[in-house]
Amino acid sequence: MTAASVATLTPTPLLPRIARRVLPGFGLTLGLTLVYLSLVVLIPLSAVFIKAGSLPWGELWNIVSAPRVVASYQLTFGASLLAAAINTVFGFMLAWSLVRYNFPGKRLVDALVDLPFALPTAVAGIALAALYSGNGWIGSLLAPLGLKVAFTPLGVLVALVFIGVPFVVRTVQPVLEELEIELEEAAASLGAQRGQVFRRVLLPLLLPALMTGFALAFARAVGEYGSVIFIAGNIPMVSEITPLIIITKLEQYDFQGATAVAGVMLIFSFAMLLVINLLQAWSAKRTGRGR
Amino acid sequence: MSIQVENISKSFGAFAALQGVSLDFPTGELVALLGPSGCGKTTLLRVIAGLETADAGRVILDGEDASDTHVRERQVGFVFQHYALFRHLTVFENVAFGLRVRPRRNRPSADEISRRVHRLLDLVQLDPLADRFPPQLSGGQRQRIALVRALAVEPRVLLLDEPFGALDAQVRKELRRWLRRLHDELHVTSIFVTHDQEEALEVADRVVLMNRGRVEQVGTPAQIYEHPATPFVYGFLGAVNCFRGRVEGTHVRVGEARLPHDGQVDGQVDGQVDIEGAAVVGFARPHDLAVVTDLAAANGVDAIVSRVHAFGASVRVELDSLEGAADRGEPAHYEVVMPRERAVSLIDGQRVRLVPAHLRVFADQAA
Repeated sequence: MTAASVATLTPTPLLPRIARRVLPGFGLTLGLTLVYLSLVVLIPLSAVFIKAGSLPWGELWNIVSAPRVVASYQLTFGASLLAAAINTVFGFMLAWSLVRYNFPGKRLVDALVDLPFALPTAVAGIALAALYSGNGWIGSLLAPLGLKVAFTPLGVLVALVFIGVPFVVRTVQPVLEELEIELEEAAASLGAQRGQVFRRVLLPLLLPALMTGFALAFARAVGEYGSVIFIAGNIPMVSEITPLIIITKLEQYDFQGATAVAGVMLIFSFAMLLVINLLQAWSAKRTGRGR
Repeated sequence: MSIQVENISKSFGAFAALQGVSLDFPTGELVALLGPSGCGKTTLLRVIAGLETADAGRVILDGEDASDTHVRERQVGFVFQHYALFRHLTVFENVAFGLRVRPRRNRPSADEISRRVHRLLDLVQLDPLADRFPPQLSGGQRQRIALVRALAVEPRVLLLDEPFGALDAQVRKELRRWLRRLHDELHVTSIFVTHDQEEALEVADRVVLMNRGRVEQVGTPAQIYEHPATPFVYGFLGAVNCFRGRVEGTHVRVGEARLPHDGQVDGQVDGQVDIEGAAVVGFARPHDLAVVTDLAAANGVDAIVSRVHAFGASVRVELDSLEGAADRGEPAHYEVVMPRERAVSLIDGQRVRLVPAHLRVFADQAA
């Protein structure tokens, strides 16, 4: 067959040609992703707003702005931010020693870091409550100093710090491992003191990972329930967290009230995570990685 | 500024990276530390910089013992093979880094820093890229930035660890010439590490050839190339033909053949050993061998032409030995370089004689 006859046999496409993608399966994977996200995340969350939206505005506002509820927001978000901050500092130190030094039992320490992930949160809560209560091992040591941990906001913080430990360690660790020692050597050969090497070279390079770890630890802390309720004492206006308020309302069959408070929490959490993401994007752009 | 190292030894576990190295680097020279990988050249450079601490020995900078001085006080510029640029800082800030971290009383003003950084960037013709970030630059540009970053602090010595190792051949050659020119302008005492003998011979004023943690030879490129002190140096600096045999007066007997040698046998433990009958290995560069088609010619080894590479001004001929180097069992290969007009008659598979014009002999350590 000649080339000419091939050309005449080939029908001219009636439709404009669709641009071919190099990676296959775009339609399939995007479709699956959206269906999955909708089923697992979006539909349950929108149900919260639909249910809460069935309340009249005035009543809705009264529920979500009740003094007891507002106090719980303050505790939940305040303690979560503080716990995430503490975990960022100490998680970084933990990751640093795990990556940079060799010591006996390093593997064991490395495994211990994940324990708060694996432990049922209620177990952690009971253990912490037993330790920090006035007659517990640690609580009895702190009592003479006038420090009360269990059944106070401080107890909430302790529980949130406990469950947030792995997040910062596990996000910073791989980045720290990838960081070339040469960068520090170069800085030192240019005359930088140790503190300057840390502040001007290490910290900016680790900042995105630290921020991710912070965001994860914070998100986890906001939603934490099991480990907190045992140690918090749940005194209204003092040591009552928002998730507990939601549960209490549910137990009283006040579904609309529960979803209203849940909706507020969702909006807060989403806004905070958004801010953290924007900060990350900004820092990436500022350091030339956002291309 | 001059650099001396005295009796430096350094081990990593059971591996002895440096074994009693003593060297003297005169002021203003560009010196190459040359050797195969694992010979200790990078370790020596890092010891001089203060990035590594020697187990024994002293580093003397400008007549002062600097062995216990921290790298940040040694005032050495160090350039890494993989650039080690700060990727979160712009090109400008990378170069300014060394000035900005100075204590306030020694720190130049912001205007002065800006002026100096731009002058340095001009020097490497990269001033237009001052606001870029390192990942946006090519490898050659990154290495030039790394170099001026090191120069910005006005170091007393410049140390470069395989500075062109991560670059492709074209850029390598260009940067090599550029480094030479830069050194001729600045005259900073510089040491660079390389495993590429061509690079070392072309760029350096002086070459230090190292092997297994020891210095094999120190000299100008011409000295090193023309008068290799050891069989290792001979073999490392470019292609070489080996002839193993025994001394017979002014000749070396290799199998059936007798080859005239250059007269001295190096590498003897005792200089007064009677060399007659000693096992030796003779070295000849590819251009020191003549290919003779007259099979009756004296002083030659028989060989068969296996391949003629006829491109360029000179022709490279590969040959195999005839008898398969009887005593060692492995067939010997030879390589000869000759002017094009003398190679026209050679064809693959042709039997010829190889007559060395120069044959440098060393005691055969393997025998």
